Amino acid sequence: MNPAPVAMRDAFGEALLALAAEVPEMVVLDADVSTSTRTAAFGQRHPGRFFNVGVAEANMVDIAAGLATCGLRPVVSTFALFLTLKAADQVRNIICYNKLPVVLAGSYAGLSDSYDGASHQAILDIAMMRAMPNLTVVVPADGVELRQALAAALRRDGPVYIRICRNPTPVLFADAPPLEIGRIRKLRDGRDLTIAVCGVPTSMAIEAAGRLAGRGVSVDLLEVATIKPIDVQCLADSARKTGRVLTVEEHTVHGGLGGAVAEVVGRHAPALMRFVGIGDTFAESGPYDALLVKYGVSVERIESEAMQIMASGRG
Amino acid sequence: MTPIIPGAGRTLEALLQEKDRKRKAAALQCLAQEFRLIVLEVLHERGTGHWGGAASAAELLVALYFDAMNVRPEDPRWPDRDRLVVSKGHASCMLYTVLAHRGYFPAAELGTFRQIDSRLQGHPCMRKTPGVEMSTGSLGHGTSVALGMALAARLQGRSYWTYVLLGDGDLNEGQTWEAIMAAAKFKPARFVALIDYNKVQLDGASDEIMPMDPLPEKLRAFNWEVAPRTFDGNDAGEVLDSLDWVKGGDNGPKAVIYKTRKGRGVSFMEDTALWHGAVVDDATFVRARAELLETLRLLEARL
Repeated sequence: MNPAPVAMRDAFGEALLALAAEVPEMVVLDADVSTSTRTAAFGQRHPGRFFNVGVAEANMVDIAAGLATCGLRPVVSTFALFLTLKAADQVRNIICYNKLPVVLAGSYAGLSDSYDGASHQAILDIAMMRAMPNLTVVVPADGVELRQALAAALRRDGPVYIRICRNPTPVLFADAPPLEIGRIRKLRDGRDLTIAVCGVPTSMAIEAAGRLAGRGVSVDLLEVATIKPIDVQCLADSARKTGRVLTVEEHTVHGGLGGAVAEVVGRHAPALMRFVGIGDTFAESGPYDALLVKYGVSVERIESEAMQIMASGRG
Repeated sequence: MTPIIPGAGRTLEALLQEKDRKRKAAALQCLAQEFRLIVLEVLHERGTGHWGGAASAAELLVALYFDAMNVRPEDPRWPDRDRLVVSKGHASCMLYTVLAHRGYFPAAELGTFRQIDSRLQGHPCMRKTPGVEMSTGSLGHGTSVALGMALAARLQGRSYWTYVLLGDGDLNEGQTWEAIMAAAKFKPARFVALIDYNKVQLDGASDEIMPMDPLPEKLRAFNWEVAPRTFDGNDAGEVLDSLDWVKGGDNGPKAVIYKTRKGRGVSFMEDTALWHGAVVDDATFVRARAELLETLRLLEARL
């Protein structure tokens, strides 16, 4: 029986508390959304190590940079949209240029801030963040990976962006080996089609791969939690084997996981590709699950795109 | 470009150990002028860089590195060092000249300013240049970063001072005011904003581009402790006096506003946006150098 769904943001808040003793250099900063992002509990338990800077994301990121130059390990937390866009200059010119060990925790990412609408939905954060030199970009698929990503990020030499979903999602990796930054997790071995997925749609891709097996399509299913540095070897080997690659992400299809995978495939193992994700559009308010379906991220969409790429000639 | 250290015995050690305030101020004033000559020469030779903001900040940078700040150039990452974040990163050439002569790296390297493969980037880069505490250039970052450093001192039980050097352009940036608000909330000790208030920015006079007055009142309204008067930031003695006021207490964020002149030291380059970043051509160099040298001789006569 599968365990109950867990929201990554809840796992994040708990992980901060759990890591507080283990990583005494860790400090946490939030921009007036700590009750939402779940950093508030850390702030209550460790008030001296918590800085609520108010609604001032740019300032927050640079304060973290200053702390990091002195040997502290700051975790900055706010909604992914504000972190990656309002503080883009700070992330680039201060955090990344100087390779400072700051964890950028982008919560409410993708469409998960669903009712708040397009103004709050981060659907180009992966594209933004992976264009930043020196930045590691991690998109966990469940609460388990989120905890592991945070722990790994706090040990890493340099900045890490971690994408966090607001809503409960299935627990996939409770009994799996821990996430390793830079390594793809192979969820299914197949020969006809590579599906590369990251984040919340991972459970959808698992289900779609099962359905595709029933239709005679053998899927090589790769969970790409680290968008940067991407696992070139694993992707290239898989694309060479199958000749067909489908990417799946809760993000615009322009410049995110799809772009990252295409850069590897085009260079190392040219193959036919298709992309499941959000189109060149803004989304809207509504229930999370319904938004995902409406904006192109669903089991059915993965399945139909897979069948279309299978109907094409081999790349 | 040979390193020149004025003052008793004309050595770095003698200058650093000078206890007489008047003699120290006179020596620092000379040093600032000599550094202007070096900066002018580098900008002329390289055909790129910012004169106006560099000349404006000469006495401030010299007084900090040769008097106020507790640093160890031989160990630039010493955890207890005082920190300066030069938020007005376009003053890079003056900062490099000061750091080189303070002992962070060879002064001979100054000629590589803005050239390919150099450690001396157009705007300061902490990963490349020893002594640079934070990469700047994009305006508005410095106060936030320095605030983080000052908070780190509290968290780690250290007692170093953190200074941020701001220019007019920095004060235009919204982020600077976010940081000013936050500093008043968190109240780190030994945290100081030094404002190089020459009132000229890239496009023109600040009163035309973006008026910042009344600046002391603004800072006080944001709950900062502001120096009781404006100091002449191009007078080394005045700068030393201002830093005495700064060190007179450490109860929270402090600001000093300095009346300075952009392009200070060359009459036709002062108080004008023209020489924010214009190329110093041959004819200009000859005229400007002559003026700087003339003043230097007068200053040296007072040593």
